Amino acid sequence: MIKEAVAGTLESGDILVQLSPAEGMTIELQSSVAAQFGRQIKELIAETLKGLDINDVYVKAVDKGALDCTIRARVTAAAVRSTGKDVWKD
Amino acid sequence: MRNSKLRSLEEAIRLSGLRNGMTISFHHHFRGGDKVVNMVVDKLAEMGFKDLHLAASSLSDVHTPLIEHIRNGVITKISTSGMRGDLADAVSHGLMAEPVIFRSHGGRGSAIASGELKIDVAFLGASSSDELGNACGFSRSENAKSICGSLGYALPDAQYAKHVVVITDDLVAYPNMPQSISASVVESVVVADSVGDSSKISAGAIRDSKNPRDILLAKQAAKVILASPYFKDGFSIQTGTGGASLAVVKYIRESMIEKGIKASFALGGITAHMVKLHEEGLIGHLIDVQSFDKVAAESIKNDPMHREVSAIEYASGMHTGSATHALDIVILSALEVDTQFNVNVLVGSDGVIRGAIGGHQDTAQDSALSIIVCPLLRGRIPCVVPKVTTLITPGSSVDVVVTEYGIAVNPARPELAEMLKEAGLNILDIKALAEKAKSIIGTPDPLPFGDKVVGIVMNRDGSVLDKIYNV
Amino acid sequence: MMFVPGNNPGMMADAHIYGPDSIMLDLEDSVTMAQKDAARLLVYNALRSIDYGNTEMVVRINPLSTPYGKKDVEAVVKAGVDVIRMPKTETADEVRELEAEILKVEQEIGRVGETRIMAAIESALGIVNAYEIATASERMMGIALGAEDYSANLKTNRTPGGAELLLARETIVVAARAAGIACFDTVYSNLDDMETFRKEVELIKTLGFDGKSIINPRQIEIVNQVFTPSEKEITKARTIIAAIREAQEKGSGVISVNGKMVDRPVVLRAERTIALAVAAGVIDKEEAL
Repeated sequence: MIKEAVAGTLESGDILVQLSPAEGMTIELQSSVAAQFGRQIKELIAETLKGLDINDVYVKAVDKGALDCTIRARVTAAAVRSTGKDVWKD
Repeated sequence: MRNSKLRSLEEAIRLSGLRNGMTISFHHHFRGGDKVVNMVVDKLAEMGFKDLHLAASSLSDVHTPLIEHIRNGVITKISTSGMRGDLADAVSHGLMAEPVIFRSHGGRGSAIASGELKIDVAFLGASSSDELGNACGFSRSENAKSICGSLGYALPDAQYAKHVVVITDDLVAYPNMPQSISASVVESVVVADSVGDSSKISAGAIRDSKNPRDILLAKQAAKVILASPYFKDGFSIQTGTGGASLAVVKYIRESMIEKGIKASFALGGITAHMVKLHEEGLIGHLIDVQSFDKVAAESIKNDPMHREVSAIEYASGMHTGSATHALDIVILSALEVDTQFNVNVLVGSDGVIRGAIGGHQDTAQDSALSIIVCPLLRGRIPCVVPKVTTLITPGSSVDVVVTEYGIAVNPARPELAEMLKEAGLNILDIKALAEKAKSIIGTPDPLPFGDKVVGIVMNRDGSVLDKIYNV
Repeated sequence: MMFVPGNNPGMMADAHIYGPDSIMLDLEDSVTMAQKDAARLLVYNALRSIDYGNTEMVVRINPLSTPYGKKDVEAVVKAGVDVIRMPKTETADEVRELEAEILKVEQEIGRVGETRIMAAIESALGIVNAYEIATASERMMGIALGAEDYSANLKTNRTPGGAELLLARETIVVAARAAGIACFDTVYSNLDDMETFRKEVELIKTLGFDGKSIINPRQIEIVNQVFTPSEKEITKARTIIAAIREAQEKGSGVISVNGKMVDRPVVLRAERTIALAVAAGVIDKEEAL
């Protein structure tokens, strides 16, 4: 079971990612580029979390036009804070 | 005074003979500070008018109240150069039954002159007027309230509308001369508390940027100008809105001084930067269709070499003597450029209308060298794309595209590409720029356009260039 | 070398478009304690994903004595950084400790010896040990001055003329030259005073520094202007190099250009001028000589 955690900011080019415990994975995304990239951003968030073995989580993300590498970094940071497990070691 | 044309707004409207279904017109010289459109349309609604065609030279954020008047059937058709804010958003989402007609400033001038756009009653805000209707965009009195400078976009309306109402907040003694709008074409003069907020004429689209990316783009564009064959004594120049294109002038100034090169004229929207160069003797004439800030608005009042021109004299495609035909260099911004050099300045990457054609089509086509300055990316939004969302200025009118990742030259201008390369500029294929953007941000999903036409983009010759669909 | 805060993705995404020679992503002073982990992940992902072109990528890590330092090393070495900048370096042992940490991670990923080290000297003790620091490891590529901490350590303040930094600057240049590595000057933070900044850049160029640290793209142009040789300097350098080649071909010993004797230091300086001109992009590599 994970605990609540947040990473990221609301600055332009960043994304704020909030994780909470849940059953199954639900992703709620607010994005300044939702029309063109919303689908891809959600997929990337899901893929990153699954890669870290997190499958039961409610994700609330507010995106300000972040690049993929930033989204991956913020999701991972939230996950690390949430699980307490350092990703470099795993 | 005898024969005074002073009337209340309601009397002026009654006298005009305005009927349902007719066309009313406005200028946008107060930009985000305009108070005339809302004031007049509120009154028309109150008087029970319906089904009017609103033909403004442009509309902005401040015109949100029009949404209600459209819902209530007071306004059923709009012609404009651009649209922003909530009104634009509502229109993009299908607010109106009839599509909005978008024309360039020169295109609007031509359409009015040719009779394609017939104006029944023009309501023209003026910074000063006498009781007979001699009106200006500035005021020589001490009670000056709202200053906008040039009234260039109002002049075709004044010349061709069947009926002209001048609305002013500074009534001055006869004769208010020299005047922009002559009393000979004015039927009524209405005094209002305020016609506009001058502090907002430079708000919105026009900023003096400290953003390092804008500075980088401006410096690159300046290098393109310096390396081009057009940078020689007697050249002429115009800059569009947007931090980067406005700032270009700052960076060519030094080279002008160093090489003893002077410009014969600067055209279009005139800014404080242009006024400064003019006052330093670096630019001979300022030909002003629109004053972009208070400094420019003051200068046009005081300086005989700073002249007001109408939209027709400025940029009409059907009048071969319009000033754009004599223009050497224009620097313009863009929301999107595609690999065919087509430019979009009207519809955002989300499919929502958020801009204005302005003089883009006119100046790009007529000038000897048109330079588009735009970042490759705005956050995650690509600005160099395989195909523009909406076609505003055809690629055949565009010579150079300057981005922070490199400069592309239209293949139709190989000699120019060679010169810029020799000057050490980073010249890339425009397809390489689009690829670069894609490699950084990925491939965007297609926009979810509906099948209702909400806007029609006219070319300056009166033909249809593109259609805008609802989102 | 342009400093970019390591927790600011907007700035990290396109810092290279302004054309700095190197970019230093900072995990130390510009990142709060609470964000050290997030910034580390951000820098890791940026280094792996963003195409910074030919720009040399440097990351300033937290001191190894903090809980963050070793994790920073692990992350950035795995991400393939060019250079790790060690802050507040005071002794050669600290450099060797960092070297050992780097080696451990490099061995894990099978890429030994690629990560280089730059040591920032920011205290009186560091200045005293400058040469030992500069020669502490084969990986050392340069030393840099960190003036804020240094002047605080000296119990003085920074002044526009920089009198308080003179010994430190000269010591760093001398130590770097003796060790055969590069040296970089500190940042200048007042963006509204470009004239004083220009004077400072001129001063440190005269002192012998290889480059200047900057905090904003707006400062790049001035550094390039000061460090780029003028046309006159380039022409002179070319004449000297051509003369020396001709002399070598003819086998003659002493040569002179425009009546002045050309000895080895003059030739070295001419070669450096040409190298700087090539680096600044004012002449092509092919047409250099």
